Amino acid sequence: MKQQELLNIPPLTEGIDRVDGRLKVTGAAKYAAEFEVPGMTYAVFANSTITKGTIKTIDTKAAERAPGVLAVFTYLNAPKVPGYQTGGDPSKPPSGGGPLKLFVDNTVKYNGQPVAMVIADSFERATYAASLVKAEYTKEPHQTDTSKVLDKAATPKGPRFADYKRGTPDDWQSVPVKLEAEYVVPIDVHNPMELSAIIAHWTADDKLTVYDKTQGVKSTQNAIAQAFKLPPDNVQVTAKFVGGAFGNALRTWPHEIAAVMAAKQVKRPVKLVLTRDMQFYTVGYRPYTWQKINIGATADGKLTNLVHEARAQTSSFEEFTEGTVNMTRFMYACPNVGTIYKITPVDVNTPTWMRGPGEATGAFALECAIDELADKLNMDPIELRVRNHADTDPENGKPFSTKYLKEAYQMGADKIGWQNRKSKPRSVQEDGWLIGYGMGSGVFGAGRGRATVKATMQSDGVLLLQTSVTDIGVGTGTAMTQIASEVFTGIPVSKIKFELGDSSLPPSPTQGGSMITSTVGGAVHDACVALKEKFQQLIGNGGTDKPDYIQVLKDKNIPQLDVTITSSGNSEMRNFSSYSYSVHFVQVKVHPKTGVVRINKVVSVADSGHIVSPKTARSQVIGGAIGGIGMALMEEGVIDHRFGRYVNADLANYHVPVHADIPHIEALFVNKPDYKVNPMGAKGMGEIALIGMSAAVANAVYNATGKRVRELPITPDKLLG
Amino acid sequence: MEDQNKGFEAESNLQPKDNPRRDFLKKSSLLTAVALTPAVAVKAAENHLDEKVAAVFEKLSLDVTVNGVAHKLSVEPRVTLLDLLREQLHLTGTKKGCDYGQCGACTVHVDGHRVNSCLTLAMMVDGKKVITIEGLANGDELHPMQEAFIKHDGFQCGYCTPGQIMSAVACIREGHANSEAEIREYMSGNICRCGAYPNIVNAIQEVKNGGQKV
Repeated sequence: MKQQELLNIPPLTEGIDRVDGRLKVTGAAKYAAEFEVPGMTYAVFANSTITKGTIKTIDTKAAERAPGVLAVFTYLNAPKVPGYQTGGDPSKPPSGGGPLKLFVDNTVKYNGQPVAMVIADSFERATYAASLVKAEYTKEPHQTDTSKVLDKAATPKGPRFADYKRGTPDDWQSVPVKLEAEYVVPIDVHNPMELSAIIAHWTADDKLTVYDKTQGVKSTQNAIAQAFKLPPDNVQVTAKFVGGAFGNALRTWPHEIAAVMAAKQVKRPVKLVLTRDMQFYTVGYRPYTWQKINIGATADGKLTNLVHEARAQTSSFEEFTEGTVNMTRFMYACPNVGTIYKITPVDVNTPTWMRGPGEATGAFALECAIDELADKLNMDPIELRVRNHADTDPENGKPFSTKYLKEAYQMGADKIGWQNRKSKPRSVQEDGWLIGYGMGSGVFGAGRGRATVKATMQSDGVLLLQTSVTDIGVGTGTAMTQIASEVFTGIPVSKIKFELGDSSLPPSPTQGGSMITSTVGGAVHDACVALKEKFQQLIGNGGTDKPDYIQVLKDKNIPQLDVTITSSGNSEMRNFSSYSYSVHFVQVKVHPKTGVVRINKVVSVADSGHIVSPKTARSQVIGGAIGGIGMALMEEGVIDHRFGRYVNADLANYHVPVHADIPHIEALFVNKPDYKVNPMGAKGMGEIALIGMSAAVANAVYNATGKRVRELPITPDKLLG
Repeated sequence: MEDQNKGFEAESNLQPKDNPRRDFLKKSSLLTAVALTPAVAVKAAENHLDEKVAAVFEKLSLDVTVNGVAHKLSVEPRVTLLDLLREQLHLTGTKKGCDYGQCGACTVHVDGHRVNSCLTLAMMVDGKKVITIEGLANGDELHPMQEAFIKHDGFQCGYCTPGQIMSAVACIREGHANSEAEIREYMSGNICRCGAYPNIVNAIQEVKNGGQKV
């Protein structure tokens, strides 16, 4: 509190309860697979057991004969999907290649690729019948080990991925202090609790309704419309509740198209729920990425050179790219900076964006390297960061719209008790455990896109807000309700309804990239302001700012008053660089004999503008921190490269944090508005909540043990060797 | 035990390995059809009607009370309690997250004890009382644990929430909610990927310390 007063930061209110909380705690919230459609059938895949090659024979007779089976689709009999592709911004196809097309030919591109799809009248019957599909293959040699083909990595096409150079980053002649280090982030899999699922139901020959797990109903609508050559309005997509996604429902995946194809063919609604292991093989993952950082600095800790190179995996048929090295260009004031980004194909399914895409991987390397440099300079890591603070954007020279990173450092340091950190590693021991502190920071672009919102004042006094956006769990409805209540100050939040997750509503972008509060919130704000003005015009502008809306509608004898507003950011934004920042602090204890790492304390600070929904924002930051702890300590999709198959494609063997792994976590907010981005002054926080956390943990483990682990996850074996 | 095994082996040696019961049912139902009208029987075979008849015989009767409602059902023995609840009774509050008992999203109470419904065959609850998240509230009045989850924001996406709440109620009833550490240990079978753990622990502690009946 004292620190807040010092910084003139307004104290946060508690915030309102989640508006859909009651539905979630009573089991009434309906997720994709939970809608009832008469005549439902069930789809189950049979998957390739080889990694690369062709299908020699595929025998579906037994499956077809099994009870309850309506159809078995393979490449031999599946009808052609007329415009087989995915699409829709930001789930646009990666820069090269194309998405997998299921059941079009006999090639196998990765292990676990569906080779047949069984439709039956019950889930059990479909599952059993799928086990009866027998395929013989002609195998070809495969490569799934990215670490073996790093030398084959190439720069993706397009200006965004070209090597970046500022000053003379490769001139190391007169650099007093140098550091070179390599870092590896393995495959991480999103693994939201809800399995990817779709119900596809053709209501006419050229019309269908789908209930889908998607982060964007409009992009799914467009992708299905394109694939089946339909007008988008003929495709109704509903996603009222999404059980987490973290990026894995940004694209429209091949299984969704397959379900729609099957439903058309069997003329019945088809429900497809991917099994947990299929999540690993179907809906993307954070790609394995090798990185190298070279830093040069003066003896007093001014950065002179910074070179960041990343090489990441993609699939053999499609280029996936992300901004892994981008933050290195602007995070610190450094005159000579170079970045190199390359990808290398292996025989796997295509990676995709996972929470903090690119930056989470890049920040692990950069923020560990800065910590290593601080250690080398015998300087406090926060002091080193402050000395190299970028007051303006070093990449383009623009001023920042707002930036309170120094305040965030201070708030977090005070809260965790940073003064108790000993700069010499392995110097604190308590009850037989080594104690260490670490910190790391994160950054993610803060922008505002275009969204359309319809705001209606109903005759019962309920303010109805409608737009197609989804809520993958972050609390979008709650935040939008609060934004509306700040404009309509006289209306209690219980009288504000936010309707979402339906492609027939006015368009909003896909939920992702920490853009929704800014984008949709901006449109909600603008729609509410416009509706208020419309009321003022109606009552002649002479009245109160808070008229009795029910009475006004009654007096004017109109059933309701509505506006539909499309809005996006203003052009002034182009003159500024806008980012959200996070700073994560952790205290760990490490058992010296077993190498077990336990997280004792976590403080995560977000500089993400004005916090519009404090309660859900706290949960989002805590959740991101926990995701980062998982990335740091336990998450890794392990492929047995002899067979090209995951050995841990389930939640018992792919470890994610559980209750016992997680202590109390403090989420702090700088809470200073950035009105250049949107009228609420709010910036995104979904990504920054995770970005930088894995470095904070790694740095704390180093401080505790003196052992620098540069390859995630930091498992006990790496600390004992 | 040894004798039983021997007996089983002996019996199975007498019969073809390929699903003898189904073959018998198929043959007998076809024979019945043939005895009536051969044309119908041919049609039946074409449409796999024999399989449908066989499938009916493979179902078992199940009496179970779910959220106070008695159900008389006929289910295949391979149906899990989770899939029975979701696909046949349309009680979708119980969530499917893994099918292997690894995530806890499907947690329900069977005769007052928490179980993973994905690891429970439906036939195992014959004659038992099942409570799901839909049966926890008293009409419109939420259970104290549901109230506490809302108050402490013990969720984000809400998908693991029914399982967390059913587990949390059982955790207190079992006497395993006496400290933060104990709650964390006994709630570790319920994964929350959004990372609401600290809020969930706060919610459980409040209910425990409030002394309300759970």
